Amino acid sequence: MTRFLTSAGLLPWLFFLAVLAVVPMIAGSSTAVTVASAAAVNVVFALSYNMLLGRGGMLSFGHAVYFGLGGYAAIYALRAIEAGWLPLPVAALPLVGFAGGLLAGAVLGWPTCRRAGTPFAMLSLGVGELIAAIALMFSGLFGGEEGIAGDRTAGPALFGVTFGQGQEVLILLLGWIFLATLAMWAFTRTPLGQMSLAIRDNPDRVAFVGYDPQRVRHRVFTVAAGFGGLAGGMAAINYEIITPDMLGLGPSGHVLVMTFIGGIGTFYGPIIGAALITTMQSLLPDYTTGWQFYLGALFVLMVMFQPRGVSGLVETVRQAIADGEVRERLPRWIRTVLAAVCLAGGGSIAFEMILRWREAEEPLELAGIPLMADGATGWVLAATLAVAGLALLRLKARRVAGGRLAEEVAR
Amino acid sequence: MIGHHPLPGAALSLTDVRKRFGRTDIIRGITLDLVRGERHALIGPNGAGKSTTFGLISGGLAPTSGEIRLNGHRIDGMKPQEIARRGLARSFQVTNIFPRLTVAENLRCAALWPLGVRYSPFRSVGSLGDVRDRVEEMLELIGLAHVRDRPAGLLAYADQRALEIGVTVAGQPSVILLDEPTAGMSHAETDRAIALISRVSEGRTLLIVEHDMGVVFGLADRISVLVYGMVIATGTPAQIRGDRKVRDAYLGEEAL
Repeated sequence: MTRFLTSAGLLPWLFFLAVLAVVPMIAGSSTAVTVASAAAVNVVFALSYNMLLGRGGMLSFGHAVYFGLGGYAAIYALRAIEAGWLPLPVAALPLVGFAGGLLAGAVLGWPTCRRAGTPFAMLSLGVGELIAAIALMFSGLFGGEEGIAGDRTAGPALFGVTFGQGQEVLILLLGWIFLATLAMWAFTRTPLGQMSLAIRDNPDRVAFVGYDPQRVRHRVFTVAAGFGGLAGGMAAINYEIITPDMLGLGPSGHVLVMTFIGGIGTFYGPIIGAALITTMQSLLPDYTTGWQFYLGALFVLMVMFQPRGVSGLVETVRQAIADGEVRERLPRWIRTVLAAVCLAGGGSIAFEMILRWREAEEPLELAGIPLMADGATGWVLAATLAVAGLALLRLKARRVAGGRLAEEVAR
Repeated sequence: MIGHHPLPGAALSLTDVRKRFGRTDIIRGITLDLVRGERHALIGPNGAGKSTTFGLISGGLAPTSGEIRLNGHRIDGMKPQEIARRGLARSFQVTNIFPRLTVAENLRCAALWPLGVRYSPFRSVGSLGDVRDRVEEMLELIGLAHVRDRPAGLLAYADQRALEIGVTVAGQPSVILLDEPTAGMSHAETDRAIALISRVSEGRTLLIVEHDMGVVFGLADRISVLVYGMVIATGTPAQIRGDRKVRDAYLGEEAL
């Protein structure tokens, strides 16, 4: 593994380690610890999902199956630890989740991976629904709607740590993020990781260089399911309960959204996406009952206008720095950001006014002025912002078109 | 063709190979032996079945009847990867590389299986010395060492065609099938491509489909002419030039 961490490659890892180390320091309140712990689970889940979507070209609608089954494996192991017949530290439960996810992926992945592209997506959805339905039927095994609970403090204390406090759990989960991320990065450097990119790019040609595309897919799928299960094991420690909901369509779609918003074209994108979306989900409900609308709108707008996700923006800036073009591109970036802020502001004001009026909630207030759906002030403000945003976008478009024309004339 | 026995020691032999799509006979009986080490060109008008023949040999398609042998072993009806592992590699008429991978990674993907690496999720590709050496060797051979880290999809057309050939031969196959390697190239690019094909086919058996008669007559040891799914003539370039059937069916007077 030392080969992966040579000089130039070491810097991002040190940065990553520093970020992970800072998290428990700044997460002072118990709310912050809860949010950070949920994000920790989602980071590993999203990274494992990107092994499929970003690095294998497999659009799965059923990845939560492996997250959930890994979680169940871990929660049963936790109960065995409680019962006293499994000599395993609680901190190692994500490994049980990994094994559970790996096994489930190897078995269920075989029918799923027989086809690529759209049939794969539909098969993953079908298998996901099937397993979710089975989980609800076998309530003895999966605990029915209440799920299966465990007690993470029941195990023998390791170095005096019993995981009674959220802070201890958070540090453990951050440690697992680092290990899992390192392992998933190492995987990208293996022959299987290399061929995973090849089947994403061109599955037909893969067969003509000697590899069986179906087997490449199945093996990549199995490894991704293993890491999904590892995230499930982290969830078992964090929530001390696993329910059939966790392997259903909801979390499967959620991991897709997080991964896509973070950016599927880079290795680190899903880390950003998971951290960002989990934080938004925790903070937004304090401000608006319509918070889900904003997450949905963000996803739709990302797919339409920024399909490379947040990490795509980061890469654009990095490329501009490398090319020494920051100065000439900065005005355009500022205009775009201003336009986005104006449009988002105008849209949010309009949406909030209607929502609060329909649901008879407290009216939206801006600098002490109430904005009501049946008054003019709010609409004027929303319209002004929208027009300003569109004007900025048009200005940008004209400049770009003008620039291109000038280039062509010069040629 | 009843009574045809594959030439002993032939690298590739087809015996009365037929392919029917629905009710249409596309390949109506091809019998062909490639002597080890020869450069053999397959020519014929559009729609004669040249690309279909390549598909039948390389495993994309299964023949309706007939036998295909690679170094004496039956390969007809096998999957592409099974045939590739037996040492037959092909290129495609429409460039068929891994567009988002770098040039070096493209070559690496093609070198892994033939060097015995398979599906390992535990080794580091960077640490596999023989794979690294092969990639370096191929980069030099196809003349793309200076763009080794560029995504293949961003290369100029002629460079993509060179990479297409590089991906085909990176596994050091014993039999190489090239499907119109110079299509769409300028004169200078064609000359470079021919030089490259001569180099990579050194010591191997080559079957090439090509429309440029200059390329065909300059490169091939023997030529087969395919018309309406049948081989109407096989022989040296001189024999083919003098063949009346070939003139009537395909080449015409001025082309020679």
